[in-house]
Amino acid sequence: MHPIRKKRLTILAFLVAGIALAVGLTTYALRQNINLFYDPTEISAGNAPVDVRIRAGGMVEEGSVIRDTESLKVNFRVTDYAASVPVQYVGILPDLFAEGQGVVAMGRLNEEGLFVADQVLAKHDENYMPPEVADALEKSSKGLNKANAEKAAESAAY
Amino acid sequence: MWQWFHKLGSPKWFYGIANRLMPWLLAGGLIVLLAGLVWGLAFAPKDYLQGNSYRIIFIHVPAAFLAQSIYIMMAVAAVVTLVWRMKLADVFVKAIAPVGLVLTFLSLFTGAVWGKPTWGTWWVWDARLTSMLILLFLYGGAIALDRAINDEKSAARAVAVLVLVGVVNIPIIKYSVDWWNTLHQPATFKLTEKPSMPMEMWVPLLLSVLGLYLLFGWLACLRMKTEILLREQRTRWVRELVLAGRK
Repeated sequence: MHPIRKKRLTILAFLVAGIALAVGLTTYALRQNINLFYDPTEISAGNAPVDVRIRAGGMVEEGSVIRDTESLKVNFRVTDYAASVPVQYVGILPDLFAEGQGVVAMGRLNEEGLFVADQVLAKHDENYMPPEVADALEKSSKGLNKANAEKAAESAAY
Repeated sequence: MWQWFHKLGSPKWFYGIANRLMPWLLAGGLIVLLAGLVWGLAFAPKDYLQGNSYRIIFIHVPAAFLAQSIYIMMAVAAVVTLVWRMKLADVFVKAIAPVGLVLTFLSLFTGAVWGKPTWGTWWVWDARLTSMLILLFLYGGAIALDRAINDEKSAARAVAVLVLVGVVNIPIIKYSVDWWNTLHQPATFKLTEKPSMPMEMWVPLLLSVLGLYLLFGWLACLRMKTEILLREQRTRWVRELVLAGRK
C-alpha cells in the first residue's frame, strides 16, 4: 500500500476508535438514564427514587392480579423472580397484559413501597410461536412450565 | 495485488458490470421478496399472543436489517473515499443514502404501528428506538451535507467523515436491547444462533430479508449508473454511449 494511504488509514482508525471510546464512556456513565426502567430488585433494594416519575419493569407475578369489581383499579405484583414490587393502576390495560407477561409501568413509588402507575405498557418478548405450539406447551407437564419460568427469569434478568 | 481494486474504481468498468447484473438482481429480488411476503403475510401461522398483528415483522425486520447494513456499506465506502480517493465509492455513498433513509423511516413507522396494539404506545424513548431515530438523522445529515457543499470533492470528503463518525451508532443499535433495559424485545431474527421463532415463520422472514437485499442491489446499481452518467458526461465513453443510443 502507498505510504500516504497507509497514513490516512491509520488516522481514520484512530478517529473511529477515539469516537467509539468517547461514546462508549458517555453511554456507560449515563447507563442509568438510558435504562428505560428500574427492575424490581433495584426498587426493593431502595435504589429507585421515591415520589419521582419512574418506570418499573418486569414480569407480572402469577396469581397476583386483583381486579377491583367496582372500578378499573388493578393491583398486581411485578417480579424479576428475585424480588417483586406491588403495583396499583387505574385504567385500561394493553391487550397483551397477562400474568407471566412482561410489563413496563410508569408512575411513582410511594413511601409504603407501593408503585402507583399511571401508564402500563406490555413488554413483548422475542419468542414467537403458532397457537397450536403454545397450547401443546401449556398442556405438557409441569416440569416444562418450570423450565419456562426459569427461562423467563433468565430473560427478565437482562 | 491491488490492481483489481483500482479497476473497481473505474466508472466505465462498473457501468458495464452494473448493466449485466441488474436484470438478475431485479428478477431475483422480486421473486424472493414476493415469495417471502406472500408466505409470511398470508400463509405463516399466527402468533399465540399477538395473533395476526405480528405479521408486520415481515416488513419491519427486513427494513431495519437493511437500514443498518446500508449504513455499514456506506461506512466502508467512506473509508475507501478518504484513503484511496476513489470516485466510485463516493458515487455509491451518494446513491444509497436516500435508500437507507427510506428504509430506516419504514422500520420506525412499522414499529410504531405494531407498538400501539402490542405495547400500548406508539413511541417510547428507549435505547433501541432512540438509536434508530439517530440513524435516521445520520442518513438525513449525510444527504443534507452532500447537497450543501457545491464542490464535488469536498462534499465527498465531508460526507465520508460524517458517515464514519456515525458508524459507532450501529453497534449501539444492535446491542441496545442487551446492554440496557428497553421496551423493545431482543432480536428474534438471528442468523448465527437458533432463532426464537419456528421455521415456518423464520424462513419467510429470511426470504423477505434476502429479497430486499437483492432489490436494494438493483436499486443501488440503477442510482449509481445515473450518478456516473451525470458526473462523467464530458468524457468520451459517455458521449459515445449517448450517441450510439444504447442504454
